[in-house]
Amino acid sequence: MSVLRVEGLHAGYGHIEALHGVDIDVAEGEIVTLIGANGAGKSTLLMSICGNPRASRGRIEFLGEDITRLPTHAIVRRGLAQSPEGRRIFPFMSVLENLQMGASTTDARHFDADLERVFTLYPILRERRQQRAGTLSGGEQQMLAIGRALMSRPKLLLLDEPSLGLAPLLVRQIFSVIREINVRDRVTVFLVEQNAYHALRLAHRGYVMANGKIVLSGSGQDLLANPEIRKAYLEGGR
Amino acid sequence: MQAPGARPPFDLLGALKDAGRVAAVVALLTVALLGARVQDASSGPPLLFRFDDVIAAAALAFFGRLGVALLRARRALPVLVGAIAFALGLTAILLLGTAAGGGEGAVLARRILPFASPVVNWTLAIAAWIMSARAAWLLWHASESTLDSEAREARMDRLGARIQEWARLVGPLLLGVAVVLPFLPGIDRRLLDIAVLVVTYIMLGWGLNIVVGLAGLLDLGYVAFYAVGAYSYALLALYFDLGFWTCLPLAGIMSAFAGILLGFPVLRLRGDYLAIVTLGFGEIIRIILLNWYTFTNGPDGISGIPRPTLFGLPFTANPAEGEASFHSFFGLEYSPLDRIVFLYYLILALALVTNLFTLRIRKLPVGRAWEALREDEIACRSLGVHPRNTKLTAFSIGAMFGGFGGSFFATRQGFISPESFTFLESAIILAIVVLGGMGSQIGIVFAAILLIGLPEVFRDLNQYRMLAFGLAMVTIMVWRPRGLLAHREPTIRITDHPSHGADPAQETRA
Repeated sequence: MSVLRVEGLHAGYGHIEALHGVDIDVAEGEIVTLIGANGAGKSTLLMSICGNPRASRGRIEFLGEDITRLPTHAIVRRGLAQSPEGRRIFPFMSVLENLQMGASTTDARHFDADLERVFTLYPILRERRQQRAGTLSGGEQQMLAIGRALMSRPKLLLLDEPSLGLAPLLVRQIFSVIREINVRDRVTVFLVEQNAYHALRLAHRGYVMANGKIVLSGSGQDLLANPEIRKAYLEGGR
Repeated sequence: MQAPGARPPFDLLGALKDAGRVAAVVALLTVALLGARVQDASSGPPLLFRFDDVIAAAALAFFGRLGVALLRARRALPVLVGAIAFALGLTAILLLGTAAGGGEGAVLARRILPFASPVVNWTLAIAAWIMSARAAWLLWHASESTLDSEAREARMDRLGARIQEWARLVGPLLLGVAVVLPFLPGIDRRLLDIAVLVVTYIMLGWGLNIVVGLAGLLDLGYVAFYAVGAYSYALLALYFDLGFWTCLPLAGIMSAFAGILLGFPVLRLRGDYLAIVTLGFGEIIRIILLNWYTFTNGPDGISGIPRPTLFGLPFTANPAEGEASFHSFFGLEYSPLDRIVFLYYLILALALVTNLFTLRIRKLPVGRAWEALREDEIACRSLGVHPRNTKLTAFSIGAMFGGFGGSFFATRQGFISPESFTFLESAIILAIVVLGGMGSQIGIVFAAILLIGLPEVFRDLNQYRMLAFGLAMVTIMVWRPRGLLAHREPTIRITDHPSHGADPAQETRA
């Protein structure tokens, strides 16, 4: 059963259209990644799934329900969580308060268990829970952003460049946690990445985006082996 | 970074030029303010020129500026000598002047003193002492390098955090003082009136703090809700003959409703745009009150607003036939002060309710959502927070407390007119919130005492009063650009050590 289905999506900012008919399908239990160059429209796709910017044409379905016209908070309440581009944590609030904000939409009775789960995934957050989130390092902030998204018990987790600006060791750690979330908590993950090598190794399937269109798709392994992909995104990169 | 103890080069000519410029500006400003005085035409020329004040002010500005420049360049010795000499001399003359009473010494002292007002002279003396202390400190700690602005900001931040720490002690202490204040020796009617005024503004500051400090919605028209509250009570009392205690909640509800009415269409605006719309709303309310003559009595205002009663006991000297008043019921001597004391406790209670409410709601999801909205609206939406409804709750709750404050104002004054609800009121309340440090409850107390209490206490300053007000504002903004006590306290405190967080369920229950 498909958790997220995007059909012929057009979206943009003002008169500039960034997405020209995008089709995506994410099935339950999958990790799907979307790779592409800067400015290809990856983040726009992720944002417009959440209704900002709104789709001008096309259709977005979440768990079989049409969410194309729903306001953002209503979409999120249906079980979709996003760790947005640039992390967007609340810098002046403490780590714990950030995580509490993540649990805005859920039953308060789950809170302690969910918090414990996030602290198990990222023990550093437990140590820093009283600290102002703005004083965390980049990697810790990324962990907080993912942890905050997980606090809402999502069925689908959208991640926008979780490896951006992180040291290689931290990148590996972030990705291994994403796999754990997927396997142990059975959260479906849709991941936008520039770090194509790691993302494709992690994902079951991948999409490649260029100039607002999906140009290639396939299993992670296939895409990794694809000479065009290697040339465009992997060689010299990694 | 310079080596510790090394002195930056000092440009004497530049410093002199700079001091000269400052002195010229001061002279230009004071020529109009102090240099000429209008007097009764019959006793001489209509304009009396008194340039000695101007010269004194310019000279003081020149040497003060030069001293600051020298201190910055770590040339403390000449400043120390000059400032101490000046401070000693001025203090001695001032003391002499006070001690000698009306004698010859006093006349002489008055002739030597730079300004006529003793308050200004004392302020000058204190400033000179501060400067000498700073110079002495620099001489003692010659080896330490000066702090750059960032380090200073960090240090002030820590100071703010420590004061917040103290606030746990200072808060109850201040509360204790506030509770016994009417019975302290030396408290007369005038001081009590000032206290009522200060507490009123503390309450309004706390109310506005919900909107501006917590939710981050810049509201320049808070006085509108204050006015709605005041007029709600006055009109309900006028048309339906209702008492204060019935009207208080009604006025709160009406103001909250006004808040929703305004907030619903405009809360999609952000920052400056929202500020302008709220500013407009404040003026609209005032102009409606002014022009709807048949309903609100227009510029004539409403008089004879009933005074509050204590469980039905009025505070009157001669109660109506068959009715008891406060003093007769308790068998006390009638004192006009009773009513003021009662008003004081009334507004103190209202303010405390506002404070407790704010402290409590910050720990609830809706309060946390307000603060999160202030920091990042997009992130909030992506976490499932309904931005408009959340802002509306903040706006209407803030308005409700403004309404309570307005009701109190109406019952205290007994007379209200649209003139009491000008933009200046909004500006003062906002200044209290901003100067106190956005979101800091105790900071608002200090700012209100500073901005409302001091100008009242310093009424003797006459024409310098607003100058002192401006000086206080500028000083705070230079030293503490984010407000007196800008330091956000987390809503949850965990007392045990993070290493053995065995029972997270226990700790995280806010």
